[in-house]
Amino acid sequence: MDLAYSEAEEEFRRRLREWLAGVLPGLPPKPSPDDWPARRAYDTTWQRMLYDAGYAGLHWPVDAGGRGATPTQHLIYLEETEKAGAPYVGANFVGLLHAGPTVAAEGTAEQRARWLPPVLRGDEVWCQGFSEPDAGSDLAALRTRAVRDGDAYVISGAKIWTSHAEVADWCELLVRTDADAPKHRGITWLALPMDAPGITVRPLRTLAGSTEFAEMFLDEVRVPVRNRVGAENDGWRVTMVTLSFERGTAFVGEVVACRRTLDALADEARRNGRWDDPVLRRRLGRLNAEFRALWRLTQWNVGESERTGGVPGIGGSVFKLRYSGARQELYEAAAEVLGADAFDVEREWVLDRLSSLAYTIAAGTSQIQRNIVAERILGLPKGR
Amino acid sequence: MDFQLSDDQRALRSGMRDLLDAVFDRDRMRAAVERGGTLDRSLWRELGAAGFFALRLPEESGGVGLGLPEAVLLFEEAGRALLPGPLVATHLAAGLVKGAAEGEAVVTAVDGDLPVAHLAEADAVLVGADALAGEPLRAFVAAARPVRSMDPLTPLHRTGADTGVRAVSGPEGARAATERTTAHAERIRFEGALLTAAEQLGSAARTTETAVQHAGDREQFGSPIGSFQAVKHLCADMLARTEPARAAVYAAAVTGDPVEIAAAKLLADEAAVRNARDCLQIHGGMGFTWEADVHLHLKRAWLRSAARLGGAAAEELLAAGLGAARRYPGSSAASGRGAPEAGGGG
Repeated sequence: MDLAYSEAEEEFRRRLREWLAGVLPGLPPKPSPDDWPARRAYDTTWQRMLYDAGYAGLHWPVDAGGRGATPTQHLIYLEETEKAGAPYVGANFVGLLHAGPTVAAEGTAEQRARWLPPVLRGDEVWCQGFSEPDAGSDLAALRTRAVRDGDAYVISGAKIWTSHAEVADWCELLVRTDADAPKHRGITWLALPMDAPGITVRPLRTLAGSTEFAEMFLDEVRVPVRNRVGAENDGWRVTMVTLSFERGTAFVGEVVACRRTLDALADEARRNGRWDDPVLRRRLGRLNAEFRALWRLTQWNVGESERTGGVPGIGGSVFKLRYSGARQELYEAAAEVLGADAFDVEREWVLDRLSSLAYTIAAGTSQIQRNIVAERILGLPKGR
Repeated sequence: MDFQLSDDQRALRSGMRDLLDAVFDRDRMRAAVERGGTLDRSLWRELGAAGFFALRLPEESGGVGLGLPEAVLLFEEAGRALLPGPLVATHLAAGLVKGAAEGEAVVTAVDGDLPVAHLAEADAVLVGADALAGEPLRAFVAAARPVRSMDPLTPLHRTGADTGVRAVSGPEGARAATERTTAHAERIRFEGALLTAAEQLGSAARTTETAVQHAGDREQFGSPIGSFQAVKHLCADMLARTEPARAAVYAAAVTGDPVEIAAAKLLADEAAVRNARDCLQIHGGMGFTWEADVHLHLKRAWLRSAARLGGAAAEELLAAGLGAARRYPGSSAASGRGAPEAGGGG
């Protein structure tokens, strides 16, 4: 049981820090959150810089064009880029963290050659067409239909919560190809070109006032059969291969960011006098315990994945359950530090407070996470 | 980085579990409850012989020569098993009080104005870094008043505010000596908090297992109650309290950092108390009986929460550790392996 990093890991950290210190000052200013083309350009420029420096696809396998880094190196990368204030993965999220790894694991040689290099270079952006208006927590109930017509699928339906849909080149799409099979066995994974005729994208405005994601309507959109990854009706397994396996690093950057926010809150409270309130002070102290523990749990999970080559995503469910609640608590405390300023969205942390309301919903609600923890880790019987 | 148990640490933990299964099974635990928690001296000596108290003493002093990470694993097992006695105090007294390391002596401790555990049968009492024995101990005990303890496994005494303790806490000496004593007392204080947190962690894990077992066995409305989400979600929350507490306790054992120990204690206290509460709730009416073991976990957890760095003190310490200027240069300029951590992630 050790928290020391090896010499090679420290060397990796040193080189990364040096590189970040050299390139970050030259980045253009961050674009406005509502200017999607500018956001795409900013995010893909950063991805190209990573690519040129050899940091693209750090955690991808070498035969997929990645660097095959260890989980600990990936942890260091995420920790250092966050601390240095480097851009987030942003528009490259789905390509780098889900669609890409899915193609790498399940795609043919031609599919890997076609889709993976442009993701690593920042040339192409992916979005995710999984959720539907009537298929959220119960994702396998999705109804977007794909009917085979010669060498193409003809697709009709609606998708929702599709981040970056306005600026994506590709969409990893789950469709129903067999309406009569049990719900998990009639789903197929397709790569949908976003310029295909019949696609309508409509931005959705969030309660924070921004357009973080979109609805996508598909009206007889034709997708070549060669864009299918895995077998027809095997799309659920294909998707879960990636979704259910991670290396404990999913929240590294976010936990580092939360700890920095907490320090800043303490500094602000000391400055504005609210630090004298022992109730607030102790609340911040408790959050310090919470995020320190989440950091240590991250290191523990990464340590586990170093030993086993990966941790089942169910372990991530415990983490996400605890983390998403803690992050909401963090911004509740921030509002208390801000006092009367908490109602001004121009003030730091106010929009974050609003955005944090999504954490217990997105990527599996806390209620679904509890089901996963109870059934798949604790072994309690499945229910309704 | 390899923040996982080593093979030796796993073996140590399972060895301790096997030992407790053999010498302190449920029948013996309930017998201890029936006699009001009075200690079994032969069990105490067996723990001593197994190295429980001498674990961290250097080998040349007759100890096992291991560190805090190994100690927390043993205390976690003790917490799981509801092992009674002033385990933390006697462990801390090894090398300081004669016979403590071997399990020949029972050593308890004064902790602020809290009731003192197992005082009547103690051979010595720790007051900070000093030990009280012989005539001063007899005077101390005579001035104390037994309490009808809420926890049937922990006999308690209230001691007066002015029990003359200060009079025996070391000779008047040079300032350097006083400072050394203060530093030593601080070290004992935080190590005691960490080992107590480890016991809480073991209890939290045990009540989670007990709750899950019951939820899978007990049927109502024609199904195991664990198939109902209302029950299932309580169980999931129990695990989501235990695992972060475990990471915090193990990390604090590696770094020895006071702020990190405060985090470990706070989260382990919360996990132990709230998991015991949820376990009780899941047991329904049976959970409210003397016969079910869950109340024993809850009562111990309550006692340990108040003891050795209680919630308010831990939170204040953690608050004082916040702030950009405080963190990066090293609020965790701590003793122990692995510190200071590269990148200030501590």
